[in-house]
Amino acid sequence: MNKPLRRIAIFCGLLILALLIRTNWLQYVQAEELATRKENRRVQIAQYGTERGNIIVEGQPITGSQAVGGSDYKYKRTYLDGRLWAPVTGFASQAFGSTQLESLEDGILTGNDDRLFFDRTIGMFTGEKKQGGNVVTTLKAAAQKAAYEGLGDKKGAVAAIDPRTGAILALVSTPSYDPSTFAGNSKADEKAWVELKDSEDKNLVNRALRETYPPGSTFKVVTAAAALEHGVVTDINAPTDTPEPYLLPDTRTQLPNQHGGCEKASLNEALRVSCNTVFANIATKVTRDKMVETAEKFGFNNSKIDTPVRAFASVYDKTMDKPGNALSAIGQFNTAATPLQMAMVAAAIANDGKLMKPYMVDQLTAPNLDVIEKTEPQEMGRPLSAANAQKVQQMMVNVVDNGTGGKAKISGVTVGGKTGTAQHGEKNKKNPYAWFISYAKTDKGSPVAVAVVIEDSSADREDISGGGLAAPVAKAVMQAVLNNQG
Amino acid sequence: MSVVTNTTTIGAIELPSRRNTELMLLGFAVVIPIFAYANVGLAIHGKLPPGMLVYGLGLALLAGVAHLVVRRFAKYADPLLLPLGILLNGLGLVLIWRLDQSERLQNLAKRAFGGFSESTPNQMLYTALGIALFSAVLLILKDHRTLQRFTYISMAGALVLLILPVIPGLGADVFGAKIWIRVAGFSIQPGEFAKIVIAVFFSGYLMVKRDALALASRRFMGLYLPRGRDLGPILVIWAMSLLILVFENDLGTSLLFFGMFVIMLYVATERTSWIVIGLLMSVAGAVVVGTTASHVKARVTAWLDPFACYSTSGACEQVGQSIMSFGSGGVLGAGWGQGNSDLIGFAANSDFIFSTVGEELGLTGVMAFLLLYGLIIERGARTALAARDPFGKLFAIGLSGAFAIQIFVVAGGVMGLIPLTGMTMPFLASGGSSVLANWALIGILIRISDTARRPAPAPAQSPDSEMTQVVRPS
Repeated sequence: MNKPLRRIAIFCGLLILALLIRTNWLQYVQAEELATRKENRRVQIAQYGTERGNIIVEGQPITGSQAVGGSDYKYKRTYLDGRLWAPVTGFASQAFGSTQLESLEDGILTGNDDRLFFDRTIGMFTGEKKQGGNVVTTLKAAAQKAAYEGLGDKKGAVAAIDPRTGAILALVSTPSYDPSTFAGNSKADEKAWVELKDSEDKNLVNRALRETYPPGSTFKVVTAAAALEHGVVTDINAPTDTPEPYLLPDTRTQLPNQHGGCEKASLNEALRVSCNTVFANIATKVTRDKMVETAEKFGFNNSKIDTPVRAFASVYDKTMDKPGNALSAIGQFNTAATPLQMAMVAAAIANDGKLMKPYMVDQLTAPNLDVIEKTEPQEMGRPLSAANAQKVQQMMVNVVDNGTGGKAKISGVTVGGKTGTAQHGEKNKKNPYAWFISYAKTDKGSPVAVAVVIEDSSADREDISGGGLAAPVAKAVMQAVLNNQG
Repeated sequence: MSVVTNTTTIGAIELPSRRNTELMLLGFAVVIPIFAYANVGLAIHGKLPPGMLVYGLGLALLAGVAHLVVRRFAKYADPLLLPLGILLNGLGLVLIWRLDQSERLQNLAKRAFGGFSESTPNQMLYTALGIALFSAVLLILKDHRTLQRFTYISMAGALVLLILPVIPGLGADVFGAKIWIRVAGFSIQPGEFAKIVIAVFFSGYLMVKRDALALASRRFMGLYLPRGRDLGPILVIWAMSLLILVFENDLGTSLLFFGMFVIMLYVATERTSWIVIGLLMSVAGAVVVGTTASHVKARVTAWLDPFACYSTSGACEQVGQSIMSFGSGGVLGAGWGQGNSDLIGFAANSDFIFSTVGEELGLTGVMAFLLLYGLIIERGARTALAARDPFGKLFAIGLSGAFAIQIFVVAGGVMGLIPLTGMTMPFLASGGSSVLANWALIGILIRISDTARRPAPAPAQSPDSEMTQVVRPS
């Protein structure tokens, strides 16, 4: 009887072995996947189990944590002036997940990041509760407020950058939302969330980073830079061979201007009065591939602009035909840009051709305020030479001083800018987008470059609308930054 | 010529009784749960639990009593079985106490039943009763072979026990499984006891019929097929298992009985054909029931992909939660009292108690627990090998095999290895019947191992081996 006994013993051993293999599979091979599944509430429980670290602007937290009852989530996220800062912070909701900085820097904010391991270990011995670290941003409260108030109840977005470093100074999107209204997991939170999620105004979209618009005439700055860089134009004041009206290449379609005076206009003059014909003509001479080259140096077609919140890629089509290229060069057709992208264009020109990588997180700090990580300004590329950049600056200053961008003028400071009004909708039926990009420059270099877009400007289709609606907002932002500098 | 040959038989070598080894191991088995208890208290409340002294002394006392009983009445018993039982039972108590502290489970109980009561005091009581039963087994059952006399009574008894939960008014339907009866306020799971009683029947029956089953057979395709009339008993048991499954919705128990029977049949007859037939029958049964009974079907769906139906089916959510518990535990676990295995909700401290082990003690802890169970099974199998009588062999392997299947079915169920069945993890899970039955099981194994290891009585001196005495006339 002993032979079958041994076999049964082996069989029992195999049953245990199967269990051992299974537990290794679950707890080692699949552990990470199971521990972070969306169904796994432990993720949120850990996220809201301790006081969450804060997002900081100029030394002041713009977020908070509130102790709430309940066995699952001990704390709830709160926001000071949530609507103003939502495009920066994103949201952290117990029930609806988190986005942007709240999501990307979650490890630091909850204290789970590997770099906080030491703090956690110490805390284990001293009995201190786990604390989250802080995220220190580069934003300027005054600039942010100026932009937010400037946009008012209009739909639009503002992005402002320090051209010297790439630090983002303002990031506004309207209509905004208050992330504290759905930070918890109650019925009221759910109602607020559903309303926002389904709203026609797309409140939850961060228009400054995550929405692309046809940039309209503001893109002419890029075209001008390409013309200078590729030697199509050397003297900005020399007349060009542009006829009036201009026939798009290979077609019989006439490209109109909003005003007269564009025939044979120089580049400088063409930018001042925003001649479509001149820039279409120049872009055709530059050729599509070289236009693409310059646009890409400014950051177009780059899907990995991480601030660290990833911005959508702005587009300059690489495969279109000649008439397409001519239209794209004036910011229509397939060209699309985020407000951040256009701010980068203005910044690169203001910084004498050197484009800095935009970023909005200056430092990550541990709960005891030790700096864990500091972002160093980083050069992203040189879309144009310093000499050419100064030529473009000269033209942009001309636009503000004598052209369409007069409303951005600030006394005592050199301001360069460009207006734009982008067509929108089938046969231009919908309201156009009003654009304005600009920079301010003092003797210490340029501290601010800004891009403003306003979606439903009820303005007429005159080019001036960009100057009329968007320019004052840009001016307010620049003014705020300049005042702040002392 | 006379050659003097020394034919003196060597006397039986006195085996060490190993009682002192057992005592030392018991020391560990008591101290480890006490440390675990302190650990939970510190993690959840930040201080040592108030009942620590009482609890520690209680467990030590129970272990001491059990040890003395073994020392007195089963001197040669296997030294590992008792400490393993005490260790698992002690850790089970800590796990149950830990889940009692869960605010989430308390709220859940308040919402569902209007009140929450701790399970730990009851479990402590059951443990004491279990040790009492263990002692009673050793005291009353001086020789396991006396059970042979009760072969057919056991069969009747087992049938009654299995049928009880289906009787209206007596049975209680809890979460779809009808495996409980309610007597005087106590819920009893007769299936746990039936497991042991039916093992008595199988052992007695097979010991008598093994030759008929083994030898009277026809060869067909390389397999020895039994005669039709010898197939009778296995068919009856198979039908019974299926009936349990259909009427009590209890996949686990039916698998357990059928598996135990096949194992014992194989050991008794040494015919591989029984294994093949048994496997075919269980597969056929499982397929039929799995596709027709909705309760079982839901479990199978949940097993195949718990996350596909996570939000729509309760069965899927349970399995999914359990698997995520294991995954979240990772290699080292969250630590005593620091996991969230209470998210599983109902039955977290009974059917799903092993998930808490998975989350709080991690891969390391789960492997340790599985090896502890493996050791019990191994000691059981060794006892079967060492036993000198066929009844004892069959009884011991039947009980150990059933224990192994139970571990596999329960742990495999909560880990998503096989469809989930409603059975409890021996010694860990909260529930009186399980604790009592498993202590009785350990008691019986200890009794058989004592008989097996007891030195054979020294044979009487053979008069032939004595030197022929020369009687000289004086």
